[in-house]
Amino acid sequence: MKKPKVRNGKILFSEYTLGEGVRKALTLSREDILFEIKDSKLKGRGGAGFPVSTKWMLGAAAIAERKYIICNADEGEPGTFKDRVLLVEYPELVFEGMVIAGYAIGAKFGILYLRGEYEYIRKSLQDFLELMRKENLLGKNILGKEGFDFDIKIHLGSSAYVCGEETALIESLEGHRGEARNRPPYPVNTGFRGMPTSVNNVETLSCVPHIILNGGNWFKNFGTEKSTGTKLFSISGDCEKPDVYEWEWGITIAEMLEKVGAKNTKAVQIGGASGICIPKSQFNRKIAYEDIPTGGSIIIFDKNRDMLKILKNFMEFFVEESCGQCTPCRIGNTKLLEGVKMIENEKYTFAYLDKLKDLGKTMQIASKCGLGQSSPNSFISILENFKDEIFYHENGDANGK
Amino acid sequence: MENKGNGRAPVSQKPHKIELPLHPEYIGGSVKVQINEKEIIVPLGTTILEACKKNNIHIPTLCHHDDLCIAGVCRVCVVEIENMRTLQASCAFPITAPIKIKTATPMVRKARKNIIDLLISEHYGECYSCFRNNNCELQSLAKEYGVDHYNFGHVQKPRFKIDNSSYSVVRDMDKCILCKRCVRTCIDLQEVGVLEAIGRGDSTHIGTFFDKQLSDVICINCGQCINRCPTGALRANDPRDEIWRAIDDPKKHVVIQTAPSPRAAIGEEFGLEAGHSMTGELNTALRRIGFDKVFDTNFTADLTIMEEGTELILRLYNALVKSENLNKIPQFTSCSPGWVKYLEHFYPQYIDNLSSAKSPQQMFGTLIKTFYAQEENINPADIVTIAVMPCSAKKFECNRPEMVDSGFKDVDFGLTTRELAQMIKETGIFLPELPKSGFDEPFGEASGAGLIFGATGGVMEAALRTVVELVTGKKVENLFENANITPVRGFEGIRYVELPIEEVGDVPEMYKKYFSNWNWLKGATLKVAVAHGTANAKKVMENIKAGGIFSECHFIEFMGCPGGCIGGGGQPIPTNAEIRAKRAEAIYKEEEGLPIRKSHENPHIAYIYENFLTDGPCGHKSHELLHTKYIKRGEYIA
Repeated sequence: MKKPKVRNGKILFSEYTLGEGVRKALTLSREDILFEIKDSKLKGRGGAGFPVSTKWMLGAAAIAERKYIICNADEGEPGTFKDRVLLVEYPELVFEGMVIAGYAIGAKFGILYLRGEYEYIRKSLQDFLELMRKENLLGKNILGKEGFDFDIKIHLGSSAYVCGEETALIESLEGHRGEARNRPPYPVNTGFRGMPTSVNNVETLSCVPHIILNGGNWFKNFGTEKSTGTKLFSISGDCEKPDVYEWEWGITIAEMLEKVGAKNTKAVQIGGASGICIPKSQFNRKIAYEDIPTGGSIIIFDKNRDMLKILKNFMEFFVEESCGQCTPCRIGNTKLLEGVKMIENEKYTFAYLDKLKDLGKTMQIASKCGLGQSSPNSFISILENFKDEIFYHENGDANGK
Repeated sequence: MENKGNGRAPVSQKPHKIELPLHPEYIGGSVKVQINEKEIIVPLGTTILEACKKNNIHIPTLCHHDDLCIAGVCRVCVVEIENMRTLQASCAFPITAPIKIKTATPMVRKARKNIIDLLISEHYGECYSCFRNNNCELQSLAKEYGVDHYNFGHVQKPRFKIDNSSYSVVRDMDKCILCKRCVRTCIDLQEVGVLEAIGRGDSTHIGTFFDKQLSDVICINCGQCINRCPTGALRANDPRDEIWRAIDDPKKHVVIQTAPSPRAAIGEEFGLEAGHSMTGELNTALRRIGFDKVFDTNFTADLTIMEEGTELILRLYNALVKSENLNKIPQFTSCSPGWVKYLEHFYPQYIDNLSSAKSPQQMFGTLIKTFYAQEENINPADIVTIAVMPCSAKKFECNRPEMVDSGFKDVDFGLTTRELAQMIKETGIFLPELPKSGFDEPFGEASGAGLIFGATGGVMEAALRTVVELVTGKKVENLFENANITPVRGFEGIRYVELPIEEVGDVPEMYKKYFSNWNWLKGATLKVAVAHGTANAKKVMENIKAGGIFSECHFIEFMGCPGGCIGGGGQPIPTNAEIRAKRAEAIYKEEEGLPIRKSHENPHIAYIYENFLTDGPCGHKSHELLHTKYIKRGEYIA
């Protein structure tokens, strides 16, 4: 079954025929698959960049009566929408990635945790799963491989941002409040229902069939030494061609802006609300794990934007989306937002703002999960990089230098 | 039957599932870690906090509690681990590798200080207007970290309405710091599940089912959450003002009864170590406060044993001989109002198994306003009865609408140990230095059997001492050394004991109207069990439902609180297993020295059956005054 080619890309947006990846994978041993993934140096695309092979090998080595593969499709980071494109246009990659992961780890159960707001694509995904079952890409003895059973269920989230964090996602799957667990233990040891569970991002899993087809070595042809392959970017904001693009790791911000037709750009928010804000003076930096890592959310701001309003928007988001269990994140974000409002009303002291930055650093190291650890990023980076505009009202080109 | 917290708490609140190795000395059983440059060997899976505690390294904690599962939410206990980007909560981090830990680096100190400042900024109110002043973990932390001003501001207006709908527990959520100890107490320790975090981000708060008020949900009033709250967010519903008013009113005859557990714990409120019994000093203090009479609840505990023991014998007779009402076996104790309400909510189909005998508190209330009023020639309308209890649920119990058998409200107020200590302090008395004094007539001193009601297994032991002697006609000392029925003692969550009845004696006079001999019990084996804490009660009840071993029991003692009454929700704060064990020890020690140690040998009990309850235990008058009914309640809301 071939698809009309809508998008262009070197890996994910290249041509692919349903079933190819799984068919090839089943001719390999589990060890070979793990080796290929290791060789490819594939890292998690959700943002944290954990090596996929390490996670899978721990999962494969775990001894348990059941194991689970969870695809994290709770795409909630502000400014990111690339997983949706994969799920709508390339579901075969996502699901085959899960099947291959199940084969490699020894899991029989796959769960797609779908963002609540994406309810409208659930039906088409379910239809696609049904098609895969007909083709024997799911079900019992997949493609005639004796003893390899695997099936996938779709679970709809309830629109909490924190459930994108893997342990909170698992809590949510189990029917509890979406709250991050203590780590260790990691899900790959004690995950869904206490069983070894590998949680991978939609994009990560989508890379897998291509790696299996073409080999880990081929995958390394793309990207940089430490960041192999390509990355999907959700581009939004002040530019002519906002969309989802597939580019190799290592692309500079300036190149990216050029490609999407962004003019008079003042700042680029990389990694969504939890990411960092890069000023013009740093546009030659590279998007890669070794320089600026990201899950792919790129928001472009031109010179007409008010950085303080942007920051306020982000902080309001975190005040509401913190799960509320740990102190630094629950109260810390409230305090940071208060600080932004103080600046807005011109009722601040620099001494107090320094205190808040110091608090931000505490949040980064003492919060329980990635949400609180990354929520002060934009506060710290925007106040640092745009102090001329924010405190001295010098707008335009003078900023960010 | 060990108590493994299988619980209903989410995994997010549980520790790593590494079981501590049986032989830490074997290879792989232990791991060598460095804490502050010092090398220490710990069993694999020990948390950093435990490892530090064992080595006298202090780490501040707030959400951690020895009795509860792990949360790791307050983040006060963070420490630095070499090569880890972020700080780790020491309470939740199991040691599985030879890591290097530092507990007081600048980064750690700064983080802790910031976190404490944050907590205080959202903690409404001032310390001097809080009942937990000087016994507050947040306050102590603030002192430890030298908080001398509000670094991040301070909340100026209350955000919540105080919920004092419940007779027992008052919730002031403005003082809540969201450590979730109450949540973990309710859902995991007690398996009731009334409280849970609601909302997200800055609107997170601890709430009930649909945020209903506490009186409308399935709270069993055990008050265990109060004992574990680090701040003043939870407290018992305090009747001190009304009691002072009654004392100050010359027309009122104010009578107080004291339960066994408060006297074993009240010293803690005056700075004494746990485990000092203060019976005599407390009696003196109560008189100096202005109570007209001081009675011992143990007297009605003896009476409860007579009524409940007789009820058991009659139930057994009906079931074994007449094959009637088989479903009423096993008989459950009904002295713990927390347990009673738990059963009414969760196992209403077993209401008939509850002993209809009232709790000692309620029996006393009825007797004071009937028998005592008659004997002393006082108008019962002028009598105010107060019960000093280790318990918050007793406040609910005395307000149950059926508890008016004397024609008046049998017990006017339930007072907790903590509240009584406060009254003593207000009077200007230092309890430990008072002279001792006894209890007032006509109830006088009670037996030791009543005293041990305070500890888990105590009701069972008291009942067995009486039942065994009545049935076999032999001294219980022949069976158990010094009449200490040790198999039912201890702190194991659930205990099961079999007692073969090899020979029987003569039927005592009071039972002759029911049957003429004990032959129907000869050769039988009495099966009894003890469970404390509703989580353990749940296990027993589920076992009974499934037709397991406990369904074949004859008599089961249930206590709502872990440790029994000595660990009750009205007892001094803090609580932990060690403190509860010391309180129990104090009770057993005092009991061993008492002249009378069996309920049926108490001469005051004989007197009351001769002169007031003349048709004997479970007779007509007893049923009228000393027995009660229960109601079926909802499983989700009250």
